[in-house]
Amino acid sequence: MRRLIIIWFLLVIPGSLAYIGEAAGVRRYSAAAERGWTSPAPDRLPENVGAPDEAIKPAEDDNEVELDMDEYLYGHVRDSYEWHIMTVNGRHISIPLPVIVISKTGNGFHVFSSKHLEEGEYKGFRISTSEERPGRIVETGPEGKEIRPWDFSITKNVLGLMINSALLLFIVLGTARWYRRHDAVNEAPSGGVGIMEMLVTMVEDDIIKDCVGEDYRRYSPYLLTAFFFIFLNNLMGIVPFFPGGANITGNIAVTLVLALFTFFAINLFGNKHYWKEILWPEVPTWLKVPVPLMPAIEIIGLFTKPFSLMVRLFANILAGHLMILGVVAMVFLTAKMGIAVNSGFTAVAVILGVFMDCLELLVAFLQAYVFTMLSAVFIGLSRPKHETN
Amino acid sequence: MSLITPDFGLFFWMTLIFGIVFLVLAKWGFPMITDSVQKRADRINESIAKAAEAEERLKNLASEQEALVEKARKEQARILKEAADSRDALLEQAKTQAKEDASKILEQARTQIAAEKESALRDVRKEVASVSVAVAEKVLRKELEKDSDRDELLGRLIDEI
Repeated sequence: MRRLIIIWFLLVIPGSLAYIGEAAGVRRYSAAAERGWTSPAPDRLPENVGAPDEAIKPAEDDNEVELDMDEYLYGHVRDSYEWHIMTVNGRHISIPLPVIVISKTGNGFHVFSSKHLEEGEYKGFRISTSEERPGRIVETGPEGKEIRPWDFSITKNVLGLMINSALLLFIVLGTARWYRRHDAVNEAPSGGVGIMEMLVTMVEDDIIKDCVGEDYRRYSPYLLTAFFFIFLNNLMGIVPFFPGGANITGNIAVTLVLALFTFFAINLFGNKHYWKEILWPEVPTWLKVPVPLMPAIEIIGLFTKPFSLMVRLFANILAGHLMILGVVAMVFLTAKMGIAVNSGFTAVAVILGVFMDCLELLVAFLQAYVFTMLSAVFIGLSRPKHETN
Repeated sequence: MSLITPDFGLFFWMTLIFGIVFLVLAKWGFPMITDSVQKRADRINESIAKAAEAEERLKNLASEQEALVEKARKEQARILKEAADSRDALLEQAKTQAKEDASKILEQARTQIAAEKESALRDVRKEVASVSVAVAEKVLRKELEKDSDRDELLGRLIDEI
């Protein structure tokens, strides 16, 4: 337990420092805004999401800078075709990422850098500004309608996923290597391997063994992978600068895949009692024939379980990011109220932000824990040992 | 709306990446860790059980030792007592033996003394007898120097027969 607390603080302090750094950076913008800084150019593509600082753009009539709250919030949590790092004197510093698209209108297969899209249409593809799919690549169909091509682009989230997965592989395989190299029966690891062993043992003993039941060993690799994958991506999502900061576990496509994996883990290996409980549960017959009421409810339940997993993780992480962004936004919103008010609110924002970051660290762990535990519970339920009376 | 609509591209990449991560970790990552930890846990449990057993044995050993010491002490006491008893018996026996021997010797001495006395007496008697015979001869010789006396004696002797 003490070890856990120490790890906690080790994670909190850099996170907080990084956070303060970001808030300070934001303050520079707001100071620039007060001086009547006019940039970026108004005709720049406002749809170029992933460049959240575009949210600070000049109002139409005067030279004052206004904060577009929607753009600021969603720009930070949305996926994008480039990885925006910072804006210096109105110049965006971003990592352009490869766009990989297969046209649905016969335009063919294209791979190009996303920086071409900044200037507008490129090879028939552009970034949509419509309400329906803002910030996604579209092509123009026959009747001038926007058509979404098959889009396999390495977006910010995909790159983040790759980096975090590489990190995860490095950490876990590095840990496994220690066991291969040492006489692990007579020797206990220390340092990083010790932390990993503690976490692995905690997940295995507290969650998997208790929730899955007898043949837990079959599922423990999946559940452990899910736990560490979610935990690491959550943590990296809190880190505000590259290579962190991609809102991966707060993206519904990511949590959808995780939920689908759990769905298959539950249903592919369910035994016959499980299927009997779903299709012919032990309830009065009139609930099953002629209208299969209970089976219908059970079958809906099959899908609501992973659906709840998907939404829970997505919503928790997204909400956490939005709250932190909201706290930081206090600095922007008070920029025009004079230096004293702005400084006061900045201080409050930093303090609240540190608190929120600590909370998010807790949530990062908790959501990984909850996802794993519920997956384990559902898997355990899919393997009842005997028929219930 | 885009926040809650899953994007196909990301879905595809996530499936691919997570699938690969899962396969790699399931093959070379976590089983290695969990198995090693399990083995260590088993070994620790085994060692604890062994230690408990050893402790139990040690405790038994102590009580056994105590019992042994107790037994030895009893044995010692018994042997001492036996030795004392046999010593007493021996002494007693020796005493009686000595007494018997002494009495035997005394008896022997007594018999010998008696026999000596007897033979001495017999010798004395023999001597006395021979002396008295000699005296009587002398007396008779003297007395029978006279014939009368001799006749008288003869007469009396004949009478007496």
